[in-house]
Amino acid sequence: MSQEAYFDAAAAAPWHPVARQALLAALDDGWADPAKLYAAARRAAQLLDAAREAVAATLRVRADEVSFTSSGTTAAHAAVLGGLAGRAGAGATLVHSAVEHSAVLHAAGRHAAGGGAAVPVAVDRVGRIDLDAWRAAVTGPDVALAALLSASHEVGTVQPVAPAAAACAAAGVPLFVDAAQSVGRIPVPAGWSILSASAHKWGGPPGVGVLVVRKGTRWSSPYPPDEREMGRAPGAPGLPAIVAAAAALRAAEDEAAAQAARLAPLVDRIRATIAARVPDVEVVGDPVDRLPHLVTFSCLYVDGEALLHELDRRGFAVSSGSSCTSSTLRPSHVLEAMGVLSHGNVRVSLHRETTEDQVDRFLAELPDVVATLRAEAGMPR
Amino acid sequence: MTVPDQVLDCRGQRCPLPVIALAKHLPHLPVGAVLRVLADDPAAANDIAAWCRMREQELLGPTQPHVHDVLRRH
Repeated sequence: MSQEAYFDAAAAAPWHPVARQALLAALDDGWADPAKLYAAARRAAQLLDAAREAVAATLRVRADEVSFTSSGTTAAHAAVLGGLAGRAGAGATLVHSAVEHSAVLHAAGRHAAGGGAAVPVAVDRVGRIDLDAWRAAVTGPDVALAALLSASHEVGTVQPVAPAAAACAAAGVPLFVDAAQSVGRIPVPAGWSILSASAHKWGGPPGVGVLVVRKGTRWSSPYPPDEREMGRAPGAPGLPAIVAAAAALRAAEDEAAAQAARLAPLVDRIRATIAARVPDVEVVGDPVDRLPHLVTFSCLYVDGEALLHELDRRGFAVSSGSSCTSSTLRPSHVLEAMGVLSHGNVRVSLHRETTEDQVDRFLAELPDVVATLRAEAGMPR
Repeated sequence: MTVPDQVLDCRGQRCPLPVIALAKHLPHLPVGAVLRVLADDPAAANDIAAWCRMREQELLGPTQPHVHDVLRRH
């Protein structure tokens, strides 16, 4: 039985070797409270400062604009709720794409439940926002904040952040970009006022997120007061993990172009082969203007949960946007917003340890898996 | 209000069963006939619409929740 081929980097990438080393090295000095005056605290503070500087340098921002949070999800929550709170005087409306990560949508829902408004902007068949609709939405009355992810975690489509940001700037509306799938992989476009990212997407540890608030952006903490992390993330920062996250980001950034060049053709191969060898399949998302490492496809007449189980049995770890695989039993809001088939859905996301052989084995076995499940459902082919 | 030629009651069935039922039954109706699928799975509306697009069949305008009328075009 072969080793499991892990194809779910979009959820969490395996440890970058540099991250593991940095984590272990940070244990000795990374336990004390960095805010205190004594020697142990100063050593911890040095680690935290160095991690912050490294992340700031990679993102081309100032160190004091960077806060470490407990996850990409809490970074996104704080970005939305803090951005809205900071601009409460200007309005109570959040404009967001219809395909944001669920963390952003849940924050929007919290805002709406509290009396605010959240306006979704529709996307086209490949999941890209309608720029005319975006411009109309952000120039509406009462808009406090806009949110647009840099690239879709579900289908890979890259969003037009630069023109969307220009529209926001012209309207005087700050833009929050959830850059979780871009940081450490592809360049993050300029023009945002608030940014969030997630360390385990780039091979850092779980439990570390990044929130960046540019100087001059009105942002007001949605939490009870806490001085740590510039008042943007309460509680003791998870220091050894943060050190590991910063080291992994630097390494991922150094390798990003090479990894993209290596993985993009593998994804091209997956897209083409699935479309050619699996009948009645929808391979979704922009085939060209997309993340290099990710592809999603939906197979007609196939139960998504059964598909994941069979692929797992054969040693492939993938995820799915099908409703039967979700704890909420709702289909992926991203696939729904795009109007593409949601059942029988598989998301494949590759990483630095993915080999061509693993991809070839997946492509050799998948058509048979789909055919078998269809036959069991009484569908031809 | 459309009067369908056949009604498939797929309420309580999880995806992809309603779409499979649609795909199995529509070919047995004449071109121009309307097949009504009753389906309450949360993905049904989206996936029946996607099937119609993929198969170039026509999904008739929204009637009531959980009611999906497909007209056989070819």
